[in-house]
Amino acid sequence: MPLSTNSNFARPDDAFRAIVEAHRGLTDEQSADFDAALVLILANHIGDIDVLREAIGLAKRRMIDGQQQQQQQQQ
Amino acid sequence: MAQANSPQAKTQFGYRRHPDQDRPGQSPAEHPVVVVGAGPVGLSLAIDLAQRGQRVVLLDDADRIGEGSRAICFSKRSLEYWDRLGVGDRMVDKGVVWSVGRIFHGESQLYQFNLLPEDGHKRPAFINLQQYYAEAYLVDRISDLPDIDLRWRNKVTGLEQRNDSVLLTIETPEGAYRLHAQYVIACDGARSSLRQMVGAEFAGQVFEDQFLIADVKMTAEFPTERWFWFDPPFHAGRSALLHRQPDDVWRIDLQLHRYADPVVEKKPENVRPRIARMLGHDKFEFEWISLYKFQCRRMDRFIHGSVIFAGDSAHQVSPFGARGANSGLEDAENLSWKLDRVLRGLSPASLLETYHVERSLAADENIRESTRSTDFMAPNSHQEARLRKAVLSLAKETEFGKRMVNGGRLSVPCSYDSPLSSPDADAWCGGPSPGCSMLDAPVAARAGEQAYLTDAFRKGGTDFTLLSFNNGAAIDAPDGVKDIRIGGEGGLADPSGLVAKRYDAEPGAAYLLRPDGYVAARFRHPTRAAIAAALSRAQGSNLNGLN
Repeated sequence: MPLSTNSNFARPDDAFRAIVEAHRGLTDEQSADFDAALVLILANHIGDIDVLREAIGLAKRRMIDGQQQQQQQQQ
Repeated sequence: MAQANSPQAKTQFGYRRHPDQDRPGQSPAEHPVVVVGAGPVGLSLAIDLAQRGQRVVLLDDADRIGEGSRAICFSKRSLEYWDRLGVGDRMVDKGVVWSVGRIFHGESQLYQFNLLPEDGHKRPAFINLQQYYAEAYLVDRISDLPDIDLRWRNKVTGLEQRNDSVLLTIETPEGAYRLHAQYVIACDGARSSLRQMVGAEFAGQVFEDQFLIADVKMTAEFPTERWFWFDPPFHAGRSALLHRQPDDVWRIDLQLHRYADPVVEKKPENVRPRIARMLGHDKFEFEWISLYKFQCRRMDRFIHGSVIFAGDSAHQVSPFGARGANSGLEDAENLSWKLDRVLRGLSPASLLETYHVERSLAADENIRESTRSTDFMAPNSHQEARLRKAVLSLAKETEFGKRMVNGGRLSVPCSYDSPLSSPDADAWCGGPSPGCSMLDAPVAARAGEQAYLTDAFRKGGTDFTLLSFNNGAAIDAPDGVKDIRIGGEGGLADPSGLVAKRYDAEPGAAYLLRPDGYVAARFRHPTRAAIAAALSRAQGSNLNGLN
């Protein structure tokens, strides 16, 4: 099954808010640790190495785009 | 802060002495309802009550309509309410109609949305209209209603709760007087003095970021849409909003630094270059400039003895989502029919408690939505900023990312989990469930004649109404309940089939609507007894659990 990028939550704002609230009160470093654990938990739940690789690819691509944009702004 | 405005409607009113002021101090005049505050909420509530046959005293401490555009977005639900109050056409004729919003990130559009992507509704998703026009039209409407006694420059300075009444002290240019009210409705805004007088707290969240709101006058080619930017090229790192109003006035809303100096930022010579950068020119004049820190907060209880709070006095939200004035108007429509029934002795006083139950749920929802939007625009930590950055970047190519971008979630009627609703006994695959607002759809009394379901509801008198779908044996509405029949002889036609579709109705089905247009109950195969039971419940007969 390919990676789904459709909006899968009935109420996407609730999901975003749940993640925001999970980080409230954490230091920046704690947040990074928390995220790492969360990613591993969700990856295991998906349980499909192809989907995980596709998700990693999408996230990487977005980071590269963002960096290019920043470089353009600095020039 | 007001710069200048010239609404084409009367905005200045005179103080006039009232005979109540000449009564001896020991026997103040007695009134069933005193509404405090002639803003959109107080004015609408007074009109609604007067149309239901109540006499209303409406007090305002000023003698003019406030300057500045302030609230500008009025929702479909508010327009349907104003239709019932006889001012809908005037508002819509003057307002600018919109339903499309666009969200930009940097230079590119992330997505657009349409808040009313279907036909067959009398009113649009939203109009934009300066608050002073809305207030001026409501004041005009009041001059047709002799049961409303509108007293300008009457400032409430004292409030004393008695057994089942309230004694008010009112300051005027000619000195103070007192009057007795069975009920006082406090519509006196976010800084409500009545709230202080009853000693109620107003707790919640203050957002640290500051926002500059400027209304500018210019001729421009932008479409009539709501445009929202994250990190626009003309205002790097922050957010911006552009929105059209009547008379070539445009609302511009710019997020500022958390620590910006309000006095400096508000100076027109400092605002002008920012706006010029945004518009690409400086051919505009300022109508109004204001600087805000937003707050989301509410009273714990909307009812204190015989004093009932409505609108901003009871709950305050940040403006992203148009949930301020619109939710205040929903308060008014929720309260007026209940207060009318209680004053007539038709329902127990506990019916008023359901105003608190239903509208405090709505306030929680509005606060939740506008808090989320404000937090998305002004992240609270590095981590929240990172999450937002991820969402914005993912939104470029994914549907789920777009849906998580939060540039304001616009006001829609709340659905009430209410003791007045009768739960569904039948299976429904759509349509408004009990506790939801009625949906509009086209109807026709005769072939070719275009009207709407909301018109039929209004013409019936905005009372309890049975909306039934004819199957040749349509059930009669109980005594005192108005009737809207779809199909059959003497019934309204459903030329587009949209009434049946939007109500998931087959012939024989019926909806019981409350006087505020909310669904109280619905039936696939109604019986007289089931309708009567739902009606009795919606009128507050089974509220033993509420005080």
